[in-house]
Amino acid sequence: MTDVSRPAGVTDNVVGGTAPVAEPGRRRSPLTIAVVTVVVLVLAAAPLFLAPFATTTLTRLLLFGLLAVSLDLLVGVTGLPSLGHAAYFGAGAYAAGWVSVHVTAAIPVPLLAGAAMGAVAAAATGWVAVRSAGVYFLMLTLAIGEILAQLAQSWDSVTGGANGLSGIPAARLGGEPLLNAGYLYWYVLVVGLVAFALVWLLARSPFGAALRGIRDNEPRMRAIGYPTVVYKYAAFVAAGTVAGAAGSLLAAQQRLVTPSDLGFTTAALVLLAVVIGGAGTLWGPVVGAAVVILVRDALGPGLGGHGELLLGIVFVLVVYLLPRGAAGLAGLRPFRRRRP
Amino acid sequence: MTGWVAANLISVLNGLAIGALLFVLAVGLSLVFGMMDVLNLAHGALFVVGAYVAAALTGGSASWGAFLGALGLAAVIGLLAGGLLSVMTEPLRRRSHLDQALLTLGVALIVAELLQILFGDDPLAVPAPPGLDGSTSIFGAAYPTYRLVLIGVGAVLAVGVWLLVERTTLGALVRATVADRDMVAAIGVDNRRVKITVFALGSLLATVAGVLGGPVYGASVGLDSTVLILALVVVVIGGLGSVRGALVGALVIGQIESLGRALLPDLASFVLFGALALVLVVRPRGLFGGRSGATA
Repeated sequence: MTDVSRPAGVTDNVVGGTAPVAEPGRRRSPLTIAVVTVVVLVLAAAPLFLAPFATTTLTRLLLFGLLAVSLDLLVGVTGLPSLGHAAYFGAGAYAAGWVSVHVTAAIPVPLLAGAAMGAVAAAATGWVAVRSAGVYFLMLTLAIGEILAQLAQSWDSVTGGANGLSGIPAARLGGEPLLNAGYLYWYVLVVGLVAFALVWLLARSPFGAALRGIRDNEPRMRAIGYPTVVYKYAAFVAAGTVAGAAGSLLAAQQRLVTPSDLGFTTAALVLLAVVIGGAGTLWGPVVGAAVVILVRDALGPGLGGHGELLLGIVFVLVVYLLPRGAAGLAGLRPFRRRRP
Repeated sequence: MTGWVAANLISVLNGLAIGALLFVLAVGLSLVFGMMDVLNLAHGALFVVGAYVAAALTGGSASWGAFLGALGLAAVIGLLAGGLLSVMTEPLRRRSHLDQALLTLGVALIVAELLQILFGDDPLAVPAPPGLDGSTSIFGAAYPTYRLVLIGVGAVLAVGVWLLVERTTLGALVRATVADRDMVAAIGVDNRRVKITVFALGSLLATVAGVLGGPVYGASVGLDSTVLILALVVVVIGGLGSVRGALVGALVIGQIESLGRALLPDLASFVLFGALALVLVVRPRGLFGGRSGATA
């Protein structure tokens, strides 16, 4: 999807001529560092200015942003568009919620349980999915996600069935429950930043470079000796792990997990977030997730709970008008318009 | 012992009824993909449109006029919607499958929400036409007559679609386009007209399946993704673009859905996924899949 190569002579081009637009650059300009610092500081200070409700909304934006980042590892970096990624998010949420109810809510136990469950669920189902490519992958992940959602719906004794897993206690840090919206926000922010950094490092590593190689030309990668299926499987499990961690944050924030959290609609919304934000940039999908959650949760009630109608319209418009997402807008440069 | 046999006979019959319905639904999805290379994720929404049309027209009181009227209206809506979807996906012809899937997904979201606004959140029942709403005794077990008729109608439609695709000029054109689109264009056939026709007919089958399935499934919010998943699994198992594959896949999934839920109620989802995984490990392109649709 992002195989447009830049013309020769572009200053920030990496050695070798053609860098995909989406690739994180090697040299950090002072401006980028400044922007990142300011964003992190503003995010860290936000609960000091915001009302509790706004803080809670921001908490949800962050955890859905982390989910979108984990999906971007699949969609943008590896080129595997998944329509069932919410399954691992939901699996992690259920695991974290169950552990909080039945074992302990002490941080980091639910977080680790969620991440582990995300990894296990992705490992158990991913081996079938990564054997396929293109539209088969899309359909298979859709089917896997829906089957896991049905499982959550029918496995009453563990998941609470259609009513969801309720009564999840507040996450505890050092014996103190995080009841204050601000403290919970900081917990989500810290986990989110660390996980984002890990995904970013993974995408920059030689492993990430191999994944982008698979995205751009899988037969060639196979020909030069990469076991591409193993790489795709590893990326799938890694994305599932991060999604599971994001799910544990959802369980801590919502204190309720329902089958719809891992259903088709959630999976579609996250994919929309990645596409709106611009696949492959990692930061773009966070912005996309913010837009999607704001439209659904903030504008939705004003439309009588039909925010998804608006989202459907956004979907259609994005496909026609913004094929590269918001990050594609940021990447537009004057010279690109003059290209033949 | 006889009770066990009777119980499972019912399940097998249920499986045949579900399979017949799934075939009508999935064959459209399969041909649209095989023909046009478009994964139409709005296919489930079309089914639900048919179901709501049936619920609105029959309105709780069963009559043949209302049921046949619903079939006719759903067919017209299906034709128009299919033509519209075909036109909407045309500008994305050269783009990735993901873009087309996203577009149809957006359409599916819009349709589902509009139906929810129009008809409310509560599930609506669709009564079977008079005469078919009773039950028939089969080896001592009572079985809904409508489902038996549904099996028959499904068989007739399957034969009809098979004859249309295998024995008519239009069918030959469709098969040729599945095999090699550019060559068909090169000998002077307007590809777009064939596409619109197939998309319209595939969507018609989906809305008609919604009406036919009404007395079994009713019309409810969320039904669209359930049937879309089942249809996708059928198409993946059978192979994209193959009528025979859709038929075999639908019958297999019908039995898994019905017998699996009767015998292993807790594991039904796993059985469904297991069957999907097994077929894909043995035949990655599906049971009857050719080369078409194999590439990204």
